[in-house]
Amino acid sequence: MGRLNSKDVLALREMSAEEMTLILDTAESMKDIIGREIKKVPTLRGRTVVTLFYEPSTRTRTSFELAGKYMSADTVNLATTTSAVVKGETLRDTAKTLEMMGSDMIIMRHPVSGSCHLLSRVLKCSVINAGDGMHEHPTQGLLDIFTMRQKKGRVEGLKVAVVGDIYHSRVARSNIWGLTRLGAEVTVTGPSTLLPPMVEEMGVKVTSRVEEALEGADVVNVLRLQLERQKGGLFPTIREYSRMFGVNRERLARAKPDVLLMHPGPMNRGVEISSEVADAVYSSINEQVTNGVAIRMAVLFLLLGGGEAA
Amino acid sequence: MAVKEKAKIMDAEAIRRALSRIAHEIIEKNHGTKDLLIVGIRRRGVPLAQRLVDRIAEIEEARPAMGILDITLYRDDLTTRSDQPVVHRTEIPGNVRGKKVVLVDDVLYTGRTIRAAMDALMDLGRPQQIQLAVLVDRGHRELPIRADYVGKNVPTSRKEMVELRLNEVDGTEDMVLIVEKN
Repeated sequence: MGRLNSKDVLALREMSAEEMTLILDTAESMKDIIGREIKKVPTLRGRTVVTLFYEPSTRTRTSFELAGKYMSADTVNLATTTSAVVKGETLRDTAKTLEMMGSDMIIMRHPVSGSCHLLSRVLKCSVINAGDGMHEHPTQGLLDIFTMRQKKGRVEGLKVAVVGDIYHSRVARSNIWGLTRLGAEVTVTGPSTLLPPMVEEMGVKVTSRVEEALEGADVVNVLRLQLERQKGGLFPTIREYSRMFGVNRERLARAKPDVLLMHPGPMNRGVEISSEVADAVYSSINEQVTNGVAIRMAVLFLLLGGGEAA
Repeated sequence: MAVKEKAKIMDAEAIRRALSRIAHEIIEKNHGTKDLLIVGIRRRGVPLAQRLVDRIAEIEEARPAMGILDITLYRDDLTTRSDQPVVHRTEIPGNVRGKKVVLVDDVLYTGRTIRAAMDALMDLGRPQQIQLAVLVDRGHRELPIRADYVGKNVPTSRKEMVELRLNEVDGTEDMVLIVEKN
């Protein structure tokens, strides 16, 4: 028997190793369902899931929607640009409205860090954080860890390098909290202006030399350079970033021969990652997408599948 | 929950004989092992299915295929239980299309597990037939379901529980017990 300790999934920082392992184990079974001829189980029949995205997304929103549909939940996508949000409705009022219509779960992406925690306090229904500002993106962290566990057979003791704009990246934060809690050895690297202050306190090694971070790595997780968040001139030019920190074949040669290359997508090809390595056999970038659906099915099941949350 | 052991209704020898008889009946009814697929329902149906497959292989010199079904995602009581069962994997070799599937479980009671198992199986393809083998039928059906092969029919009251202990799962001697909730 197992269940999560909360009605919400907001941040991996708040999640125990046991809870994460339960989600990863459940996702193994869910992945089988995605590969079947009939990709549907009746588990969440009669449950309603709403995605509320204040920022654009292809894979996260679609994979949550498909995860719900594969489990027979009714899924509704709210595009904020065509909703009352443009009339100035507050986040709290929009979310409460959705809850009063009978939603069992709200999956939200929002540009403000901590916005999902706010919702979880005002709503009785489950809330999943699908990315809040520069804070966390827990299901992305879990799917990255799931991919590593499937490919490497373990998480504990893995040497993982996270490369890029750590400062703005919620994916990096969720990776760091999750991986360190499960016993992986994480090194982060990027331009020193894009490394958050005190990042060492999160239990990771830090270097501003990408070569050093990649040395002997089992896994290299390349972050997207978030061009939409780069307004402060934190690095000189995209070309220089690419030259100094772009992951290419020469740099990747420093990692273990059986290195696993990951990227949460969408990729800026030729900027943070070269096309040559992105499409190579050791890259799991496409499989990460399938794993994303499996992880989200697992989270939906664990939050909505049982009775009243403890 | 405190439970009291009331009676041992089958011992290891009785279980072995019952499975041996069921193995013969499966072969007889299906005219051999062609297209036969023995599917154990997690959890205690799995070692029973394995024993049936082994016994059939001894008798027929042909080993039927075996699969494992996890029905967690098909349960109708998920929303009313306070604890949540862990989902395990379903492992069925090849396609179930055209197969004669024998579902194997330990105890047949309300029939709800079997309903869930049939739904789960149908989602994997279209079997030619589904048959049901159980070690103990204790009555109290809530659905129109019956077993094709029964080890032992045991009249029970709803307050009682029937428990199968198996060497592979529990590390004890094989036995079927009736226990009562206090």
